[in-house]
Amino acid sequence: MTDMNAINELIEERESLALTEQSKLYAQMSFVREVEELIAEKYSEQIFRCPVHLSVGQEAIAIGVCSELNVADKVMSTHRSHAHYLAKGGDLYAMFCELMGKAAGCCLGRGGSMHLIDKAQGFYGSIPIVGSSLPIAMGIALAEKQAKSNNIVVAFVGDAAVETGQFHESLNFISLMNLPILIVLENNGYSTYAPIKDRQSKDRDLSATAKGFGIPYFSANGDEIDSVSKLTKKSLALVRSSQPVLIEFSTFRRYEHCGPSFDDELGYRPESEIKAYFHRDPLGKFTEALISEPNFNKVSVAIQNIVRSYVVQVFERAIKAPQGDAKLTESDAILL
Amino acid sequence: MTQKSLSFTEAIRMALFDSLKDDESVRVFGLGVADPKAVFGTTTGLVAEFGSDRVFDIPLSENSITGAAVGMAMAGLRPVMIHQRADFTFTSAEQIINQAAKTFFTSGGKFPIPLVIRMIVGRGWGQGPTHAQSPHALYASVPGLKVVMPATPEDGYSMLYNAIRDPNPVIFIEHRWSHQVQSTFSKDVRDFPLTKGQVLRSGTDLTLAALSFGVLEALKVAAILEEFGISTEVVNLRSVSPLDEDLIIKSARKTGNVAFIDTAPIQNGIFGQLSALLNEKLWGGLRRAPLGLGPMYLPVPSSPYLASQVYLAIENMVSKILGHLERPFDSSNLGQLVEGKYPKKSPLGDQPDVGLVGPF
Repeated sequence: MTDMNAINELIEERESLALTEQSKLYAQMSFVREVEELIAEKYSEQIFRCPVHLSVGQEAIAIGVCSELNVADKVMSTHRSHAHYLAKGGDLYAMFCELMGKAAGCCLGRGGSMHLIDKAQGFYGSIPIVGSSLPIAMGIALAEKQAKSNNIVVAFVGDAAVETGQFHESLNFISLMNLPILIVLENNGYSTYAPIKDRQSKDRDLSATAKGFGIPYFSANGDEIDSVSKLTKKSLALVRSSQPVLIEFSTFRRYEHCGPSFDDELGYRPESEIKAYFHRDPLGKFTEALISEPNFNKVSVAIQNIVRSYVVQVFERAIKAPQGDAKLTESDAILL
Repeated sequence: MTQKSLSFTEAIRMALFDSLKDDESVRVFGLGVADPKAVFGTTTGLVAEFGSDRVFDIPLSENSITGAAVGMAMAGLRPVMIHQRADFTFTSAEQIINQAAKTFFTSGGKFPIPLVIRMIVGRGWGQGPTHAQSPHALYASVPGLKVVMPATPEDGYSMLYNAIRDPNPVIFIEHRWSHQVQSTFSKDVRDFPLTKGQVLRSGTDLTLAALSFGVLEALKVAAILEEFGISTEVVNLRSVSPLDEDLIIKSARKTGNVAFIDTAPIQNGIFGQLSALLNEKLWGGLRRAPLGLGPMYLPVPSSPYLASQVYLAIENMVSKILGHLERPFDSSNLGQLVEGKYPKKSPLGDQPDVGLVGPF
C-alpha cells in the first residue's frame, strides 16, 4: 500500500471521517509539504547526507497531475523530484533512507535525492541534468506506444529546460512519432538564481514554439490545484489518443534552489514576489477554497495530525534503519 | 550450414538481421539506417523485412535520440543506435556518459540498459579532423559501459550479435577499413564471448596486440617480421573494456616482448592501460619495455599528403619494432619487401587496401 493510501485509511478509520476527493488531494498536498518541511527542519542535524531541492510551493502541480494518472503510467522527473515521486506513489521510507545514504534507499543509496526511483509505482526516475529527462521519457513513450499499452508518460521539466537543445530536439521527435507524452513545465521563474528575464527573450512565446512543432500548448495557474487538475484531465484525454501535449504551470519555489533554508536575504528575488507567495501558497489557497465545505475544519485538523505523526514515524524508522551491509564491487555498474 | 565468404559489411548486416529475427524487442535506428546507402550497406533491406516500427531513420538529434534509446531500454526494448562516424557520438556524450552508463547502477539494478551504440571510425580520402577519431579510450574511461572493437568479419557478426544480447550499454566501434575485408565462417562464432580476446597467430618472440583495423595491420606486420626470423603472436584484443587481461599476460609471459597497435594516438590511450597492466601483473617479467604504435597525437588532417604522416604505414611499424627489438636490418630494402608481399593499391595511402583478404 502506498503511503498516501495508508494515510487516507488512518484518517478514515481513526477519525471516522469519510474523505471527499477534494480532501484526499488536500491530504496529499499536506503530506508532501510535511515531508519537505521535516527535511528542512532536520537538515542541519546532517542526517540527510546529500543536496536537496525542496518542492515547497510547487506541490499543487505534482499532486494535481499525478492524481490523474494510473499506476502503469510512467513519470520522469528532474532534480526537484520529491513531490513528483511522492505524488506518483513513491515509497517515503525508501526516499528517506535514500537521502540518508542507507541500503534500504530506493536506489540502494547510490542516487540520493536527485535520482529517486520507484519502478513499481511507475516513477521511472529523476534526472538532475536539466533537459535530459525529456528524451528518456520519450523513449519510454515510444516503447509504450509500440506495445499498444495505452499507458502514457509524463515528463516534468523546469523553465530552464526550454533553453536546452534537447528540449527542442525532443519536441520534434515527440511530434513526429505522435508519442503519448504529457510534458509538464513547472515555471518557477528562476534557474538557480537567474531570473527568466535574464535567460529568455521577453518576446519568447513558448506557446508558439510548441505549436511550431505541432504540439498543443496550454497553461494554467500552478498555485491552484483545481486549475492543475482540470487542465491535466483535458490534456490527458488528448495524450491518451497519442496526441502529445505541453502544459505550463506558473509556480513559486519557497526555499532556496538547493538546501533547507530560505534565501530571501540574497535579494535575487524582488521582495514583492516573496510577499506575494503568501497569497499564492498552494496549500493556503486550497485551504481557502475548501473552508466553506461542511466539516472542513475538523477534516483539516485530522489530516494535519495524522500526516504529521505518519511522516515523523517513517522518519524515525529510517533513522533506525541500518547503514546497510552493501559491499560495492566494480561489477555493480555492469550486469555480468 | 553452408559457409560462404562474407564481407565485414555483410557480417554486420547479418548480425542485425538475425538479432531482429531472434528477438522481438530489438530496434535499429540512426541517421541513414533507412536511406538508399543504408549505412555503407550494413542495414540494407532491414526496413522492408522488419518494418519501420523496428528499423527507422531518425531526425538529426543524436543527443535526444540517445536519451530515447535509454528510455526504450528502461521500458524493455533492446535498442541499437547507429552513427556513421564515431565523431558524431560526441553530440550524445551527455546521454551516453551521464545516463546510459549510470542508470543500471543508480537504479540499484532495477533498470538494466541493454543498449548498443554502433559507430564507425573513418580513415583516408580526406576524412579529416572530425570524421576519423576513434574514441574507445574515452568511452572505456567511463564505468558502466562496455567498449568493444571488432576487427574481422567473424568478429563483426559474433560481437554485434552478442552486444545486442548483452544487458549493458555497449559501445561498438567498427573501422571503415574493415568493411571490405572478406572471410568465411560459421554462425557458431557467436558462441565466443563478447569481451574475450583471441590469438590469431601464434608466436614465441613477440606479442603484437591490436584493436580493430590495427589487427589487420598486425597480421601483415607479423608476416613481414617472419622474414626477419621473428616469430610474432598476434592478439586480437576485441574488447577494450573490459580488457582480456589474462590473455595478454599469458602471451606476454611467453614471448617476453609486447608491442601494441592502436587506431588512436598512443598518448592518453589504451596503451597506458596495457602498460600499467603489464607492470602490475608481470613486473620484471618482460625483456624490454612495451612499444606503442599508433597515429600521431594530432587532429587528423584532411590532405592525403599530411594524413600519410599521421598514420603509421606497415613498413614504419616493422621498422619501429625491429629497432625496438634491437635487430639490425637493412632499412633500404624494407619498403620493397613490404611492397612485394602487400602491393599498395592506393599510392597515396588514403584508401583501404582491399587486397587484404581473409580468412583470419
